[in-house]
Amino acid sequence: MVPVLRAAVNTLVHVPDLVRYGSKPFREAAQPGSFLADLKARLRPFGEVAAYPPHQAFIGNLKPEALADIPSPWHGHPLPGASHQGPFGEILDQGTFYSLLEKADQFGLLMLDPGWSPPANGASAAARALMGAAGKRGAREEILKRIESGEALPLEDRGALIGCVRRDHEEDESLAARVLLENMAAKASGAHALRLLLEKAHLPAREVDYILSCSEEAIGDRYNRGGGNLAKAIGEMAGCPNAAGVDIKAFCAAPVYALVHAAALVQAGVVRNAVVVGGGSLAKLGMKSHRHIEKQMPVLEDVLGGVAFWVGPDDGASPRLNLELAGRHPSGRPSTPQGVLEALVCEPLARAGRKLRDIDKYAVELHNPEVTLPAGAGDVPLTNYRTLAALAAMRGEIAREEIPAFIRSHGMPGFAPTQGHIPAGVPYLGHALAAMRAGTMKSAMVVAKGSLFLGRMTQQADGASIVVES
Amino acid sequence: MFEGKKVIALGERDGVPGPVLAECLQAAGSEVVYQTTACFV
Repeated sequence: MVPVLRAAVNTLVHVPDLVRYGSKPFREAAQPGSFLADLKARLRPFGEVAAYPPHQAFIGNLKPEALADIPSPWHGHPLPGASHQGPFGEILDQGTFYSLLEKADQFGLLMLDPGWSPPANGASAAARALMGAAGKRGAREEILKRIESGEALPLEDRGALIGCVRRDHEEDESLAARVLLENMAAKASGAHALRLLLEKAHLPAREVDYILSCSEEAIGDRYNRGGGNLAKAIGEMAGCPNAAGVDIKAFCAAPVYALVHAAALVQAGVVRNAVVVGGGSLAKLGMKSHRHIEKQMPVLEDVLGGVAFWVGPDDGASPRLNLELAGRHPSGRPSTPQGVLEALVCEPLARAGRKLRDIDKYAVELHNPEVTLPAGAGDVPLTNYRTLAALAAMRGEIAREEIPAFIRSHGMPGFAPTQGHIPAGVPYLGHALAAMRAGTMKSAMVVAKGSLFLGRMTQQADGASIVVES
Repeated sequence: MFEGKKVIALGERDGVPGPVLAECLQAAGSEVVYQTTACFV
């Protein structure tokens, strides 16, 4: 059974009032000073977020390559007439997302003010399909009491208190209020991405057999931190009654690992329709906000990302996920940028007798450089493309002077929010699918890297790659 | 220039990782008292 990529979806959720619960803003706000007020002053309204050129590229209204023609800063050049809906994605507003959080909550963790309701016209069809009856509503006195006691965190909408989210155990740090909010945000945004995938691809929910969640959050309790399974929770919320599932954990490389696993399961005939889904990372909101504030920019990390992909058996029309070209980084290999990319890109291509320029496009970690450069974190995709081009030159596949042209023709500007796993090459798959169906592209390689050393159990890096080809 | 010096090596994932810096600095005669690799994304 040849596995193919049937559909790809990218989503964003604008959550300005949750940026304060990102890891960095939460720590900054605990220090003396005016950080929280400065942060709030630099948050963007929904219209600006929807018209932001990288976001338009993320949901498919703009080709990533077109970003190179838009003057910098991109946040100063919104796209006129931009829609929050695109051919393979959409951008949700915060009010609608709070309703999805209510739906995601099966344990009364969230308590919203009875007087609060989401905007009447904000919800998309995919979001409406997920919404249910309002969850547990509490009197304002009860909400304030929970916040003052320290058991709950306040939830705001456009700056006004509208509810709280509480812990579920006094001593279990895995069930602390902020951790549970992170987990529910990943679940709700993942379910939204999956629901949009079902609708865009006309895939009946009951036909999803297996879900691989590549979301970053590690669900669990004090006896098994990270042992839980977000995949089934997302599948349940999205209304997939026949789907089992499992989580794939590999830092930012998880989406590509998940695609490889999904393709292998389909190729082996274990399942017919597998879905890879990633919800957003609340912890990474505002990760570089202190630098954006310093530079008097908008706080650009104000969106949760979501991705979903349908991997199924060959339908005669969709591009193939070529497992013979799947790349991996064995533990005995160097964890240098060169060592990782040699393992992930050069070696699988060499096995098949192919050259680096035989692949039309490389989708590396597609972090939006406008977010990272002001914080001194460099232009991540460009750095990776330079390494790839240098490898091609070292292997004698291109001349040294061809390096800039290789980068231009096989690379692209970064356009994904800095949400860890979300930029991991996979946001390009919607564009690749469109180009392959239009006959303008034959192959794309998705290359993701994971920083295993962050967990302090190894000094190694990691990564995974896979080729999609018509 | 590194002979006999105590060194803190701060590496970067997409640049030069900490262990690589440490190995070079040790070979140059310094004592690496701490090394780490940062991931800025």
